[in-house]
Amino acid sequence: MEKFTLLDGLVVPLDRANVDTDAIIPKQFLKSIKRSGFGPNAFDEWRYLDHGEPGQDCSSRPINPDFVLNQPRYQGAQVLLARENFGCGSSREHAPWALADYGFRVIIAPSFADIFFNNSFKNGMLPIRLSAEQVDALFKRVEAAVGFRLVVDLEKQTITQPDGEVISFEVDPFRKHCLLNGLDDIGLTLQHTAEISAFEAKHRAAQPWL
Amino acid sequence: MSAQTLYDKLWNSHLVRQDADGTALIYIDRQLVHEVTSPQAFEGLRIAQRKPWRIASMLAVPDHNVPTANRAAGITDPVSRLQVETLDANCAEFGITEFKMGDIRQGVVHVIGPEQGATLPGMTVVCGDSHTSTHGAFAALAHGIGTSEVEHVMATQCLVAKKSKSMLVKVEGVLGGGVTAKDIALAVIGQVGTAGGTGYAIEFAGSAVRALSMEGRMTLCNMAIEAGARAGMIAADETTFAYLKGRPYAPQGEQWELAVAEWRKLHSDEGAVFDATLEINASTIRPQVTWGTSPEMVTSIDGRVPNPADIADPVKRGDTERALQYMGLTANTPISQIMIDKVFIGSCTNGRIEDMRAAAAVAKGKKVAANVKLAMVVPGSGLVKAQAEAEGLDKILVEAGFEWRDPGCSMCLAMNDDKLAAGERCASTSNRNFEGRQGMGGRTHLVSPEMAAAAAIAGHFVDVSKI
Ligand code: SF4
Repeated sequence: MEKFTLLDGLVVPLDRANVDTDAIIPKQFLKSIKRSGFGPNAFDEWRYLDHGEPGQDCSSRPINPDFVLNQPRYQGAQVLLARENFGCGSSREHAPWALADYGFRVIIAPSFADIFFNNSFKNGMLPIRLSAEQVDALFKRVEAAVGFRLVVDLEKQTITQPDGEVISFEVDPFRKHCLLNGLDDIGLTLQHTAEISAFEAKHRAAQPWL
Repeated sequence: MSAQTLYDKLWNSHLVRQDADGTALIYIDRQLVHEVTSPQAFEGLRIAQRKPWRIASMLAVPDHNVPTANRAAGITDPVSRLQVETLDANCAEFGITEFKMGDIRQGVVHVIGPEQGATLPGMTVVCGDSHTSTHGAFAALAHGIGTSEVEHVMATQCLVAKKSKSMLVKVEGVLGGGVTAKDIALAVIGQVGTAGGTGYAIEFAGSAVRALSMEGRMTLCNMAIEAGARAGMIAADETTFAYLKGRPYAPQGEQWELAVAEWRKLHSDEGAVFDATLEINASTIRPQVTWGTSPEMVTSIDGRVPNPADIADPVKRGDTERALQYMGLTANTPISQIMIDKVFIGSCTNGRIEDMRAAAAVAKGKKVAANVKLAMVVPGSGLVKAQAEAEGLDKILVEAGFEWRDPGCSMCLAMNDDKLAAGERCASTSNRNFEGRQGMGGRTHLVSPEMAAAAAIAGHFVDVSKI
């Protein structure tokens, strides 16, 4: 997994609540048996004017100029600013795969759906919860200033704005540790193999029908 | 020991270890596997040269991509076919039991698990699919996981988790005529919102929940995720045991007795404390119909499409305007005047035998309205299909003008050929009405099987309790 320590990234505002994983990556792209290459189809139905299918060359498709990700000022954005309940709906990990493949490393929103939130960390992305007021203030600033960037420091748990104002954020210590070091969860869990085996033996002796 | 919730009991009995910050390893008893969210997990195992920890804990089935008509011809879409073939190959390679497309036991993953008795009370159940919450109906701790977690459970038999908060949703009283578990689910979501259950495990209780069949309980837990909760659950009781007895994967003989004795403990203790509680009077619930692009955008059959101008919160107003535009609806239109183009009865929410019976009961002796281009019934599994046919339900439905299909996810998410065209409006018994969910530009209204069948006959939504 790619490490995450510090990011100085351009911010794009996606001003919608309840953005679901069907919108982040429509189901026709779930047919892939790969983990990569979903970036060009992130937000496919909002981003393009035609209907997308897997395996297409997206560079020649008609783009929707009104969709925020397509506006020239937001090209190359690595920080996605969103509204509440981001990533709700289906558990598809293709959603964080698509966002990460697109180039996002940080998603800021007042709240996230649980499964999406977990999945993001496992793909080297940092989802950050801020208060609705803080998010609202950021929306206003991003929209007011072309080239608005944020510096996100995971170690210090801070977001620094262009005027130097600092917002601190919470992150689960275990997730932080894994992200800072690019650690794979499975490797970590397998350090507890003896404990798992002991638990399993006891558990199955008590309920042999399991 | 102090009074425990059902969730506490399930959590504690599977806790392998817990760090000071609350990060825990939870032992997983059952992993269900389907073709969409597993290929990358198997690939990960191969790359790291890891073996599955406990092959017997897994059960696999292709469901999302399978065709529901002309199955003998195989899967025509090469991309879908590759995904199903990849599942077949992975199961063969790792020695995992799979109900393949031609097997009568094949069906939607959340229908077949319980049907086989592969979901049992007291278990932890995971699947790379958010509607895994369905299995909580058996007093199991069941939740959907992402593909990285699928791989993690395969390799370690554990899930890294933190304990959720607990919410009690108590539905007391008696449901009115034509009101079903689906209507309870939609009414709850309408009240708590799609994010209201985020961070919670929901237990459904109360006399109206106790009175539900296992099918109804599964429908209710299925949609806990639509209220934002990763897990929904219901205490085990005689209804649970009667459903499971004799199922292929359920314990038999002496083991059965021992198991039932254990399962009787699976309820929240008197005086157990929940972090949040919601009480609903069952008799106030009317048949529900969603009007928007999120399951919380719901009202009853007596209601009207909302008027954005009446909504003070600007974000909510904007969402409502966008939803009405996408849905092609005008503010204040009575729900009962909304005309439909298609009907879909099926999915892991409402694809069980009881749902087939409910649809057939409404359709019996009637005809699908002329404006309805397609009314399809997709049983949740091959065994549901066979049972329905043994009861003659297929004949009633076909006679009325419905199409009777082969089992799978079908138009619930339209990964196979069953989809809505842009602008088409569908009465659907599935669980999600997101933009594009049933086909790009398609418009979904979530309802119960009774309401869907009644809408098929009338050509628009009608109050099924009045027919
Ligand atoms: S029926 Fe629908 S919700 Fe259920 S598993 Fe299939 S696609 Fe998912």
